[in-house]
Amino acid sequence: MFGVLASMMDGVLVGAVYGLAAIGLTLIWGVMDIINLTHGAMIALGMFGLYLLFGHLGLTPYAALAPVAAGGFVLGVVIYWVAVHRVIRRPPLMSLLATFAVNMVVIGLGTAVWSTSPYNVAFSVPGITWHGFTFTGAHILAAISSVMIAGALYLFMRFTRLGKAIRAVASNRQAAELMGIPSNQVLAIAFGLGIGLAAVAGGLIATLFPFTVLSGDDYQLKSFVVTVLGGLGNPAGALLGGLVLGLIEGGVTPFIAVSWTPVIEFVLFVLILIAFPQGLFGRRAER
Amino acid sequence: MRHPMFWLILAVTALFAGLPAIGGDVGLRETLFLAAVAIILASNLNLMIGYTGYVNFGNIVFFGLGGYFGVWLTVVQGWPLVVAVLAAGCAVSVVALLFGLGILRLRGAYFALATIGINEAVQALVSNLDVWGGSTGIYLSVAAYQALGGARQALWIVYFLVVAVMAASLFLSWRIRSSKFGLGLFAIREDEDAAAVLGVNPATYKAAIYSISGFLPAAAGALFFFKNGVIQPDQAFDLTLSTEAIVMLMLGGQGSVAGAALGAFLYEQLRGYLLTSPLFSDFHLVVAGLLLLGIVLFVPGGLMGWLTQRWPRLRGKLE
Repeated sequence: MFGVLASMMDGVLVGAVYGLAAIGLTLIWGVMDIINLTHGAMIALGMFGLYLLFGHLGLTPYAALAPVAAGGFVLGVVIYWVAVHRVIRRPPLMSLLATFAVNMVVIGLGTAVWSTSPYNVAFSVPGITWHGFTFTGAHILAAISSVMIAGALYLFMRFTRLGKAIRAVASNRQAAELMGIPSNQVLAIAFGLGIGLAAVAGGLIATLFPFTVLSGDDYQLKSFVVTVLGGLGNPAGALLGGLVLGLIEGGVTPFIAVSWTPVIEFVLFVLILIAFPQGLFGRRAER
Repeated sequence: MRHPMFWLILAVTALFAGLPAIGGDVGLRETLFLAAVAIILASNLNLMIGYTGYVNFGNIVFFGLGGYFGVWLTVVQGWPLVVAVLAAGCAVSVVALLFGLGILRLRGAYFALATIGINEAVQALVSNLDVWGGSTGIYLSVAAYQALGGARQALWIVYFLVVAVMAASLFLSWRIRSSKFGLGLFAIREDEDAAAVLGVNPATYKAAIYSISGFLPAAAGALFFFKNGVIQPDQAFDLTLSTEAIVMLMLGGQGSVAGAALGAFLYEQLRGYLLTSPLFSDFHLVVAGLLLLGIVLFVPGGLMGWLTQRWPRLRGKLE
């Protein structure tokens, strides 16, 4: 019984990172109604960014998160102006394809540089042992970092002028323009924030599991599941959704083969989309 | 039958079937085989995206499931190939109808996400199905080709069957386009609520077209994986191939029969060139991505959209 409980708690720790990644996806959806298919590629870039900063510059992984986030933000702003700006408010097919095209370019370049062989960040932190079950330090620190970053984002969105401007553009772009908010610049910043979050989440995942250039796709799909659990466009819901997904993963692992976990995840994903398109945690009020 | 489109489809089919057969050119046959499969995928996807306005991002699930049904029926159950291919098409159409009844209540981006979810769910499920070989898949032995008179002859038979499925796809797209059913689909694409008010039943129409658009890709999947000699989950439900079908459609021009076929043919040629050229082989995804971005941003109507804009009289001939 302790085993199951401990496995679920460990799942929640990992789930916090899934939640952080999903916040990036859901923020972009909430502000500009775009499903960002570059998400997985950006998670992968975050992984390799952290790997390079750790391996070549000798930064501790947690100190390397800041430059990874900054790099993600800048890249996000660039991608916004190149690919996303022109497809906002066009049919969903256009924005799906524009972001997927960027994804193809990034993954193509990444494959040429790093091939598809696995990498890992060899950095170990002492863990905590509880009733014979060890929670690794990496899992604990990743969860703490995720929650802190999510908290910082909440404070930013709630209390700064720029955060308020992003929320204003999200709820009514035209009215925001009339209040003197430059909505194009605000959208670019919001997109950059979403990508920055994806990159940081990728960096944290790199401290937990081995990864390849293509790993980002798996975590992009997990982010979709989490986002749908929490309600598209709802950052707080996304964090909760991440914890729920982690809980499920941790909870089922002791009982069934690992290969059945994705079956459960995706069936749940489709069922929730059909039954509760607004997510499990209320409506889209808070975004 | 006097319509130029009818003769165009007939001519394309004759060229596909005749060119490699006359000289017995196996290399050309392989190139055209891939092109025909691409045309089948893009044409049937066009029924959903171009006609009905619903983005089926996980369309490859039809192809993969069809492949599994087909290979399983021929290899394990010992059915004749043609019967197995038709049965695979029917089975997938029924499955698609069931999925469709659930997810077609969603619109726009939500629908697109759900189709990705279905593809991933099916892939994960098939990876766990021992009947279908789990994650290692099903391998065909040489004996599987004996019923068709040996491997060499079997490859030709499979090729002609794929060309037949391609011809059926083109005819289907063309006939639906000019039917009352097709007009109903266009009405749903333009404004679903208005269509409902005007007497089109969106739920029935959408479920029907979703199911129909699964039949021929499933048949193509059964033939493709029979020829391939092996079917595995990550290969059968490859989301990249799904997206490439959308790229083909965008390149040629969504909503147009000739556009879907032309886009598929050109994209397949381009991909073949990029994969074999020493300069681009590492960068074929990059080139394809830049191409897609360029189309989306600057020529959203695709090739046919651009052509019909320059020469409006083409519209009547090619649609």
